[in-house]
Amino acid sequence: MKKTRKITATLTMAIMIAGGTAVAKDAHKIVIDGSTTVGPIAKAFAEYYMAKHPEVNITVSESGSGNGAKGIINEACDIGAMSRPMKSSEIEAAKGAGVLPVEHIVAMDGIAVVVHNSNPVADLSVAQIKDIYTGKIANWKELGGPDLPIVAISRDTNSGTYETFESLVMKREKIAGKTEYVGSNGAIRQRVLSTPGAIGYVGLAFREGVKPVKVNGMEATPETVVAKTYPIARPLYMYTAGRPRPETPLSEFIDLANTPDGKKIIEDTGFVPLK
Amino acid sequence: MQTNNQMPGMKAHTASLLLSNRAQRQQRLMTVLGKSFLLAVTSLSMLAVLFIFIFIARDAWPFFRHESLREFFTSVRWYPSANEPEFGALAILYGSAMVTLGAGAVAVPLGIAAAVCISDVMPFSLRQTLKPVMEMLAAIPSVAYGFFALVVLAPLLQQKGGQLLAAAAWIIGLPVAALTTIVMSDVLSERICEKYRTAARWTVAIVAGGGTLTGLAIIANALNALRIVSGTNALNVSIILGIMAIPTIVSVSEDALQAVGRELREGSYALGATRAETILKVVLPAAGSGIMAAVMLGVMRAVGETMVVWMASGNAAQIPRPWYNFMEPVRTLTATIAGDMGEADHVTGSGRYHVLFAMAFCLLVFSFGINLMSERLISRARKRNAA
Repeated sequence: MKKTRKITATLTMAIMIAGGTAVAKDAHKIVIDGSTTVGPIAKAFAEYYMAKHPEVNITVSESGSGNGAKGIINEACDIGAMSRPMKSSEIEAAKGAGVLPVEHIVAMDGIAVVVHNSNPVADLSVAQIKDIYTGKIANWKELGGPDLPIVAISRDTNSGTYETFESLVMKREKIAGKTEYVGSNGAIRQRVLSTPGAIGYVGLAFREGVKPVKVNGMEATPETVVAKTYPIARPLYMYTAGRPRPETPLSEFIDLANTPDGKKIIEDTGFVPLK
Repeated sequence: MQTNNQMPGMKAHTASLLLSNRAQRQQRLMTVLGKSFLLAVTSLSMLAVLFIFIFIARDAWPFFRHESLREFFTSVRWYPSANEPEFGALAILYGSAMVTLGAGAVAVPLGIAAAVCISDVMPFSLRQTLKPVMEMLAAIPSVAYGFFALVVLAPLLQQKGGQLLAAAAWIIGLPVAALTTIVMSDVLSERICEKYRTAARWTVAIVAGGGTLTGLAIIANALNALRIVSGTNALNVSIILGIMAIPTIVSVSEDALQAVGRELREGSYALGATRAETILKVVLPAAGSGIMAAVMLGVMRAVGETMVVWMASGNAAQIPRPWYNFMEPVRTLTATIAGDMGEADHVTGSGRYHVLFAMAFCLLVFSFGINLMSERLISRARKRNAA
């Protein structure tokens, strides 16, 4: 899956480079570039939208939030997908280029921290979670749990979930070498489910079956994520150059996030739709 | 020529024995064309190997030139995706070596024993069914092995790891202890004069047997007390990779044992050797280089395996503490290449991209070396058998 994604991304890039900005201006073409976290949503939306409107061609590439912003600034793409808001420097650069970036929040990304069902630890602070992953806290008894070494499990560095966790929890610190890495949310759940000492983090949709802990006293639910009271959560953005004209494919595409079908897609990709 | 009237085609055939110049030229051309076609097909596969080497080396080169080689080979800090990436691959190289050794420790004794058993101990009819069944192990896709390792073996190791290891120690240790006791009592009592020999044999047997049994009990007890915190570790992967390597080792070394031939075995029996003596002193040494080649091929399977390792090793880029601790998760070269490939491209940072090729290059050089060695061993064995 990863591989095909990469191939599509490369292909799209090649097309973009070949077509230049002329491609982006075509009303029946939507070019999306940016965050790997938002990528799955954009791709699912594109699939859904193209099935309904075969005349519209949508390409999605994932080269990081920074490239999403760049794409908007130099008008290389129609939608810049970003997992962080645009920095003021990027907005300045856009204005300098005569573009007014408009922000659309399409979904919320929340990460549940999960432990084994037998683990009595129920509430951790973000700082404690960070200390667990840097290796400073190595035993559950330091957190009021049983005398059991902690098995910290992380997603592989490719995943958007990892990226989110790294930026919201780890901040600038590095995950300890003894941390185990697995390839999917499901694999984390599987490992945590069967390992008494394990702690892992998963997209909100994958917290069933294992025990999510409260973070800073807040439970991880779609409600707390949308209300932004849950600390390991962030909005996911799509930026456009100027407000898209109504009834164009571009505006319809962005508006998908507010339709019931769009919300269903967002849920299916493991994120939290807006209210 | 007598059959001429029975075969109508024969006349034309006889005629074609005397070819015209043109037909002769045509035939020669066809021969050349056919030969060159076959040559092209053959060299295609060789070219493929060559190109793999060239392309991997080409993409590994920028890493070796721009990034610190010292960091790559001496640091254990593996943070390819950080803002200031660190490419310390020592722990990963170590993990690969550890898992390979572990797999070898599982597969080599079992594989050779099974090969000897199939080739020299089992009756022929049983061998006909056993070998294909053994080779079927090789047909199981590696992702199935990985799934088993992750879903069955890892939780089992976590819950009953100590008991399992203790049981394994007993199962492996008991026959070894029995054999050493018997051999020791025989060897030691040989020096003693006829009169007391039986008595001496028994004393030595009791002392040595008691000693090894207590030793075994102590080891098993220590293992029993072990608590395995994480089931996805070097031990898990070693066991699974070992099982995956067994069919290769069995199949190739059984062929080597068969190639030794009846004459040597019958000669040995004719001299009054027992079956054990024949196997240990005649057949195994004669098949030695073939068995070595089998071991290397099996180990190669373990080195190159990716899916199982990615699913069951834990992928923690660390050197276990203490260094021989197989209960700790490790990360291997193959799993790192597979796991980090997705996001690594020129856009996200060229170091992150090229370091994977550097790793692939290390892996390629290593397996190429081993392959070359096993090829030489096989050809040497063949030459000796022919002589």
